[in-house]
Amino acid sequence: MPASAAESVPFERTPLHDLHLRLGARMVPFAGYAMPVQYPAGLLKEHLHARAAAGLFDVSHMGQIALRADDPAEAARALEALMPTDVVGLPPGRQRYGLLTDEAGGILDDLMVANLGDRLVLVVNAAHKGADAAHLQACLPGAVSIEKLDRGLLALQGPAAEAVLTVLAPEVAGMRFMDAREIEVAGVPCLVTRSGYTGEDGFEISTPLAATEAIAEALLADAAVLPVGLGARDSLRLEAGLCLYGADIDAATSPVEAGLTLAISPARRGGGSRSGGFPGAARILAEIQQGPARRRIGLLPEGRAPVRAGAPLFAAADDAVSVGRVTSGGFGPSLGAPAAMGYLPAAMTESGTRVFAEVRGQRLPAIVTGLPFVAAGFKRG
Amino acid sequence: MLRFTEEHEWLRLEDGIATVGITAHAAEQLGDLVFVELPKIGMQLTKGAPAAVVESVKAASDVYAPLDGEVTEVNEVAVSNPASVSADPQGAGWLYRMRLTDPAAMEALLDAAAYDALDK
Repeated sequence: MPASAAESVPFERTPLHDLHLRLGARMVPFAGYAMPVQYPAGLLKEHLHARAAAGLFDVSHMGQIALRADDPAEAARALEALMPTDVVGLPPGRQRYGLLTDEAGGILDDLMVANLGDRLVLVVNAAHKGADAAHLQACLPGAVSIEKLDRGLLALQGPAAEAVLTVLAPEVAGMRFMDAREIEVAGVPCLVTRSGYTGEDGFEISTPLAATEAIAEALLADAAVLPVGLGARDSLRLEAGLCLYGADIDAATSPVEAGLTLAISPARRGGGSRSGGFPGAARILAEIQQGPARRRIGLLPEGRAPVRAGAPLFAAADDAVSVGRVTSGGFGPSLGAPAAMGYLPAAMTESGTRVFAEVRGQRLPAIVTGLPFVAAGFKRG
Repeated sequence: MLRFTEEHEWLRLEDGIATVGITAHAAEQLGDLVFVELPKIGMQLTKGAPAAVVESVKAASDVYAPLDGEVTEVNEVAVSNPASVSADPQGAGWLYRMRLTDPAAMEALLDAAAYDALDK
């Protein structure tokens, strides 16, 4: 028999796969899933629409994990052994951004952790959900049960998101940024958080698997909503100065270098009530005290050419040795200009510092700037 | 005479000068363009070598020289307004003009029917 051609591994599908095809999405492989990178509107329009009205994103490929124990505080304490987050002090109905760290003080993944009273729910990156679950399984005590949730996840983001969602879920109007509640959406019990990855006000809606498509269609039926793909999701989060795991942060990056000390809760820092007690604490707490050797910064190229991930950074146009690297970069549609993020030695990270990025053999000037590039629209307080 | 390349450039010859751009198919695949870099006037181009760059939000793409020649003119509007290339890639969105070293070589390139027949 002739040798068969290598069988291509079929990609996983989210519950919205058929809907994406009906909407004319261009599908691409991402973290083992077939995902929409854009719809017919295109990257620019989708991005701008999410900042002007409301964009609906399918993020069902991400991992959703529930942690339970007979005493909920036990699950919180157990998770604190893996993260520099104040989980014990996270009130029911609230969510925090956090990091799983390793013994070297690097970042294993970034995630959201929500306290729903009887359980903690984690949302983790799609590419790492298997490794994260295995890490939790290996490290958490047997008294804490770990359940991978087979559910959909939708993100509705933009200044019109509240107006759109309150039609299907009136209670969301009362939610503040980072609230987490079990709420019926279109009559279906869901878990809703007021958060997102775009810098805009918005909600993430965890849905029973079978109800995901109907809820997505109900949201898309609102004239203010356009479907938005992964391409625009990336330019939105870049403008918001948000890290992408695997690009801006990874196991070789410490939270302090990455400028993510907001993810290191005061209770877990030196002098806090539960200082340390997480992997890499010695290095991380020392870096908070002494400052890191390098820092993540924003970069605004002076010309029109985008500067993309991987471009080496130089202190002077004709230097032979690079001092840093771009970790994310592209064009910001709301900025109308290219934008990038990268790492430079701490001494070079003052806003206004000019550095040079190597692009197609040329050294292009760029200016160090603070983040975000586009101001956030969160509904706080 | 209008011809095409397998790398999705088009060229139109008039009086020994070829106007070059990217095809509507290429423009549609790339999506909204945000940056265009054109060759310098006087630059000598070799067939198949990169002559220009067009960038969409997501990625940069090289535009190649379809034939040997010398750059005589560039479309400044494409540089100042990359969206104009996306809007009319085979008309007002032309990229550069070149004096062909051997105009007769154009005959051998793909005509419209052959380009459309490519497995794209």
